[in-house]
Amino acid sequence: MQATHAPEHGHGPPGGLMRWVTTTNHKDIGTLYLWFAGVMFFVAGSMAMLIRAELFQPGLQLVQPEVFNQLTTLHGLIMIFGVIMPAFTGFANWQVPLMIGAPDMAFPRMNNWSFWLLPVAAAFLVGSTLLPGGAVAGGWTMYPPLFIQGGISYDLTIFAVHIMGASSIMGAINIITTILNMRAPGMGMMKLPLFVWTWLITAFLLIAVMPVLAGAVTMLLTDRNFGTHFFDAAGGGDPVLFQHVFWFFGHPEVYILILPAFGIISTILPTFARKPLFGYASMVYATASIAILSFLVWAHHMFTVGLPAGAQLFFMYATMLIAVPTGVKVFNWVATLWRGSMTFETPMLFAVAFVCLFTIGGFSGLVLAMAPVDIQLHDTYYVVAHFHYVLVSGALFSIYAGVYYWLPKWTGHMYDERLGRWHFWLSAISFNVLFFPQHFLGLAGMPRRIPDYALQFADFNRISSIGGFVFGASQILLLIVIVKCIRGGARAEARAWEGAQGLEWTVPSPAPYHTFLEPDVAERHLSPPLPQAGGPPSGDEGRGEGYAPELR
Amino acid sequence: MRPELARANRRLLGRLLLLSLAMFGLGFALIPLYDVICDLTGLNRGEVQALARNTQVDASRTVTVELVASVPDTVPLRLIAPNGPVRAHPGELVQIEYEVENLAGRPVVGQAVPSYGPAAAAEYFKKIECFCFREQRFAPGERRRLPVLFVLDRTIPRDLTVVTLSYTLFERPAPG
Repeated sequence: MQATHAPEHGHGPPGGLMRWVTTTNHKDIGTLYLWFAGVMFFVAGSMAMLIRAELFQPGLQLVQPEVFNQLTTLHGLIMIFGVIMPAFTGFANWQVPLMIGAPDMAFPRMNNWSFWLLPVAAAFLVGSTLLPGGAVAGGWTMYPPLFIQGGISYDLTIFAVHIMGASSIMGAINIITTILNMRAPGMGMMKLPLFVWTWLITAFLLIAVMPVLAGAVTMLLTDRNFGTHFFDAAGGGDPVLFQHVFWFFGHPEVYILILPAFGIISTILPTFARKPLFGYASMVYATASIAILSFLVWAHHMFTVGLPAGAQLFFMYATMLIAVPTGVKVFNWVATLWRGSMTFETPMLFAVAFVCLFTIGGFSGLVLAMAPVDIQLHDTYYVVAHFHYVLVSGALFSIYAGVYYWLPKWTGHMYDERLGRWHFWLSAISFNVLFFPQHFLGLAGMPRRIPDYALQFADFNRISSIGGFVFGASQILLLIVIVKCIRGGARAEARAWEGAQGLEWTVPSPAPYHTFLEPDVAERHLSPPLPQAGGPPSGDEGRGEGYAPELR
Repeated sequence: MRPELARANRRLLGRLLLLSLAMFGLGFALIPLYDVICDLTGLNRGEVQALARNTQVDASRTVTVELVASVPDTVPLRLIAPNGPVRAHPGELVQIEYEVENLAGRPVVGQAVPSYGPAAAAEYFKKIECFCFREQRFAPGERRRLPVLFVLDRTIPRDLTVVTLSYTLFERPAPG
């Protein structure tokens, strides 16, 4: 723990590959998380391309149904546990210490460990495609009895989930401890940047529910291998019980995947509207109430299992209640933009698209919250459209926005704005071509997770697949932008965006290897106008003096 | 890192680890807890669930189902039909039980074959479970009750008021 901070180790990183294996630096680990998420994004994305290619026309063309099931299952598992969650953890590693004026994360060695568990888990998941019987094909929700009956790759998947869970829990503990104990003097809780607040709440959600998922898959494991009958009806168990335990994890997980996105958007909109965030305190309370409510709505994923009417009513109304704090957030974002001096650089474009498209996803969620409607739409493409609107145009677009927003701080170069805009417009348009028709497919009754479909669904599926191919190809642009930005480009100022507020913009770009080694450095920047207080940046900010290397 | 900060961090680490352990335990505790919640709230405990109630019963008429059983002389089994006919509404789920006894001193494999009278009634018998679906193996001297679960389709013609369900139990030669 001492090594990272000891000044005698110098300020620069050691060279070579071992730098990345042994690093305990929060910026290095954040970079590792983000690259890992990027690699897994292209792995799981190419699976999605195969799925859309198979669904391009009715009948079986490219893959057998067993392979199709493996593709949908792995696509879901990897996108959730291997892309969105690691990407957000990467942002947290990079930004949280910078934003609160801490020198590093609280437990740098544990930080290294939580990252390096992930490639192992990913290797198990992806490598299981080579096992006899192929990869896991029971759906990312891992429902028994199917999941109890599969081959060796199912055990390997359970092990991978255990590892990823351990990684997430350690990451969450690290983030909570950093935020609660290592804030610079003067950085009170209600002065925290909203991204830090959303991550604090997300980390508590992770600690609360990842162990429950670990318990649920442990029960699957013992049902499979050690003769227990938690979920096996033949031995007195109940398969529906798994759904209750799984969604007790699964619904808070949904907010784990979106709350950090709220934080990123709440950081970017004020920057490019050149106005402080509207309703900071209400944003904090809304985030907290979403997190609390998320524990009370799990059974809305299970309206078709034969819940008693009273339970259906409870979960229906509780679910609709979540629209209230979420609505508070959306209205706050709109009010932040209202009469702002807006400019539309790529991060802002993605952020505005987030607000519009995430809201569409929220509305289709409200439709699905109604039990009688859900019973009709359950397991149709309407559900697929809904969760891709919240996870792709929600979580993923916020990740894009954050990457473009902080790339200058990470690399010291401005990214190629022209390519960035191409990436945005191609993604935003093709995303809608890809997923909007799936609402109609779902309303017409096309079931999800099936490789073939009835002829009347052919037209919308063809449109959707074309949108899918364009969307997939556009993401290569992002890779080009990032690589170009790392290799060169216009030099970025310390305050890369003129409207940007917060401590991370007081250190030079690229951020030095060590920052805020002494707490009062951050304090000096904090004491005049605070990030959320909304005043204009005082004159001496932005020149980047006061960062770590001047010490000693 | 200042020692007091390192100490505070370790203390928080311990608490958060304890919290995640407790949540792991809660995952398992959920299994009895769901039962307790259902007991307290009465969910899943009272009447037949609203969703599960069969709304497709045509209570305006009743069909009498007569049950018949026969076994060829050469087969050492006895098949006993339930006592008396069953009266059922079209659309109603009906469960009946036949009884079989193996009279031989050796294991016998039997296969029941259903027939319907009048033959036109056959298409309205929707069997959900029947011992005739597969062959049945009986140990020497074994006596066993075998269930039949069926629904008379709602579209059964109104003039069919009495129908007969008959089973004949044959012996299957032992394999090999």
